[in-house]
Amino acid sequence: MKNRLKVLRAERDWTQAQLADALNVSRQTINAIEKGKFDPSLPLAFKAAKLFKMPIEEIFQEDTEDVEEG
Amino acid sequence: MNKVKNYTTVNQQNTKRLMFWTAAWVISMAIAAFAPRFIWDFNTTLTIIGVLLNIAAGLGMLLANRQYLIDLDEMQRKIMLEAMGLTLGVGLVFGLSYELFEDIKLITSEPEISHVVIVMAITYLIANIKGHRKYQ
Repeated sequence: MKNRLKVLRAERDWTQAQLADALNVSRQTINAIEKGKFDPSLPLAFKAAKLFKMPIEEIFQEDTEDVEEG
Repeated sequence: MNKVKNYTTVNQQNTKRLMFWTAAWVISMAIAAFAPRFIWDFNTTLTIIGVLLNIAAGLGMLLANRQYLIDLDEMQRKIMLEAMGLTLGVGLVFGLSYELFEDIKLITSEPEISHVVIVMAITYLIANIKGHRKYQ
């Protein structure tokens, strides 16, 4: 799954620690999500969408390489 | 960006609580193991009190660990779950094989539970480090 978390965070001039604090997770988790190494749960994705005041699909998109064809 | 419940603060508090109960359990275990012989000459009442204190500290440690795991975020919990799963598997396989080796005379010494605990602790430590590196 791809995401725009890093871009959105940078636009608001937030640090990873600040975003982690706002989403009530560890900074390591934010870092892993930004790098695409960890996919957040649906509740956490919705929480991020609410924080950024954006639809969830504008932050998280499915990685076309991961999608099974057919 | 203000939060009533800060993840880092909660995690630090839980870690300190877990460290306290673990230390209490280890100390009470040492007292229950050595004090009857070296301090109170196998006085039954004092020995029972020592054992009960050790069990109480163990219970405190279990509850502190439960709270620690509950308050972890989803990625940290996943790392812990994978590490604990591997540790349980290694402990089971190693423990049973170790016991078997003695039964079939592959080793001459009596298997010690402490050896299994050491293997499990090392497995847990390595699995935790690998888990954290995986998501770095």
